[in-house]
Amino acid sequence: MIELQNIFPEIFLTLSLLLLLIAGVFLKNSFSLIKKITIILLLICIPLVYVNYDNQILIFNNNYSINNFSNLLKIIILISSAFSLIFTGQYLKRLKIEKFEYMILILCSTLGMFVMVSTNNLIGLYLGIELQSLSLYVLSSIDRNSLKSSESGVKYFVLGALSSGLFLYGCSLIYGFTGSTNYLIINENFTVENIGLIFGLVFVIVGLAFKVSAVPFHMWTPDVYEGSPTAVTAFFALAPKVAGMGAFIQILFVAFGGAFAEWKTIIIFISVASMILGSVAAIGQTNIKRLMAYSSIGHMGYGLAGLATGSLSGISATLSYIFIYVVMNIAAFTSILFFSRDKKYCEDIRDLGGLSKNHPVVAVCFCIILFSLAGIPPLAGFFAKFYIFKSVIESEMYILAVIGLLSSVISAFYYLRIIKIMYFDTEQEKFDDISGLGMKFSLFSSSFLILFYFINPSFLVNITEIASKVFN
Amino acid sequence: MIDISLGHYLFLGAIIFTIGIVGIFLNRKNVIVLLMSIELILISANINLVAFSVYLQDIVGQVFTMFVLTVAAGEAAIGLAILVVFFRNKGSIHVEDINTLKG
Repeated sequence: MIELQNIFPEIFLTLSLLLLLIAGVFLKNSFSLIKKITIILLLICIPLVYVNYDNQILIFNNNYSINNFSNLLKIIILISSAFSLIFTGQYLKRLKIEKFEYMILILCSTLGMFVMVSTNNLIGLYLGIELQSLSLYVLSSIDRNSLKSSESGVKYFVLGALSSGLFLYGCSLIYGFTGSTNYLIINENFTVENIGLIFGLVFVIVGLAFKVSAVPFHMWTPDVYEGSPTAVTAFFALAPKVAGMGAFIQILFVAFGGAFAEWKTIIIFISVASMILGSVAAIGQTNIKRLMAYSSIGHMGYGLAGLATGSLSGISATLSYIFIYVVMNIAAFTSILFFSRDKKYCEDIRDLGGLSKNHPVVAVCFCIILFSLAGIPPLAGFFAKFYIFKSVIESEMYILAVIGLLSSVISAFYYLRIIKIMYFDTEQEKFDDISGLGMKFSLFSSSFLILFYFINPSFLVNITEIASKVFN
Repeated sequence: MIDISLGHYLFLGAIIFTIGIVGIFLNRKNVIVLLMSIELILISANINLVAFSVYLQDIVGQVFTMFVLTVAAGEAAIGLAILVVFFRNKGSIHVEDINTLKG
């Protein structure tokens, strides 16, 4: 019974999603009600996680770990899931996809992400990934009457299932050659001379790289981001990336900690490739959702650069990066949802001309967000990149740092181009009036955080440093 | 008679896995074939798990296989459901027709 106390957040989420499913079936037109309840439940879950924040225990025969690291990631996941509901209600209503299943699916995938970041066992990791991905496949094709949405669902499903298959094959090899699926026992029995284990390690990394959309396993990202409804795209850019990164850190440092020299090269390669592709391929894009897809590929590259150092400061830099990435993406996608004319949402960046005259406040906020994504001081995005490069240079990987800096300069080009279009291009038809309390709240709170992060940066750094000590 | 050892099972698993991967990348006709290829990949992992489980005298591999079978069933159901939605919009399930999104 002692053990069950520690997974209260998971139990709470499971029960609430089952109850909401029943409520949604019996109540008619229950979209707004269930949306509000879901947001409240997700926010209630944050203190439930926080109560046990400083516990450091392994439960269920060492197969499930509750510690600072998993609790921090769980809180970030909850915040991003809650916000992705707060700012999208209006959009879903306008597109007539106001189905209560939307919230159930988001809760389901949140539960899967909890398992992903907390589990200490390959079986748990596989089930967590599947619970998360199966919900996401359905979410991406939730706009049933749109060709784009269903096509993005098909693409995401095929490539996602392929990556789960690769991951599973890797798990089977690791299980066979170490004799266990528990991370700690895998770490004890891992021998780098065994070629089967190295194959397993590579397959597992490939499977997880698919989930965080790192190059060369990124090909689903732009299509799925473009095709899915924007609200779903926003969710894709937030929580699954956090969970994927958390699972990455957990498995690399706990299960394969002894094989650092083996996986270091792989991580450096996918990190460099993601940074370069994320900055170069986005230049020619005109669809803003596609552009955000390449931007998130690039950002994942920076996150992985922190992991490639293999040091505690690298992990803490990656965690800070993930948190700031989530805040920036909440802000960016909220602004994208503001761009509508005649109830139609603009996705082409050339349509943003004259935004500064129609909606000066939104334009200023979006400008701050883009500067932050480009990494210009003193905004939060600069600090995120700064922590990463600091830990990379401390580990004496100068080439990685140089490539990272160059690609961040290249990526500044396409962010600044949007600002140029917003402020200097000719005005087109008027944008719709701004409405929606949730959207305003999430835009202003996240822009505020980005703008004034520099006042107390040590707050986040302390939290992530404590969380990274788990892997000592 | 030859003795069937662990190596034979792993080789079988590797062959089925390769057929699954090749099936996904070379298939230019039908999306259903993609679903079948994905099932093949999962089956190859199952063969590996069961073979290792017997070899190591450890039950965990077989437990893992039961989980994988369950998830595979759910995955096939969701995949077919998404495919039906796509077919309603497009009127075709040829791989070459999945081309609205590109750039």
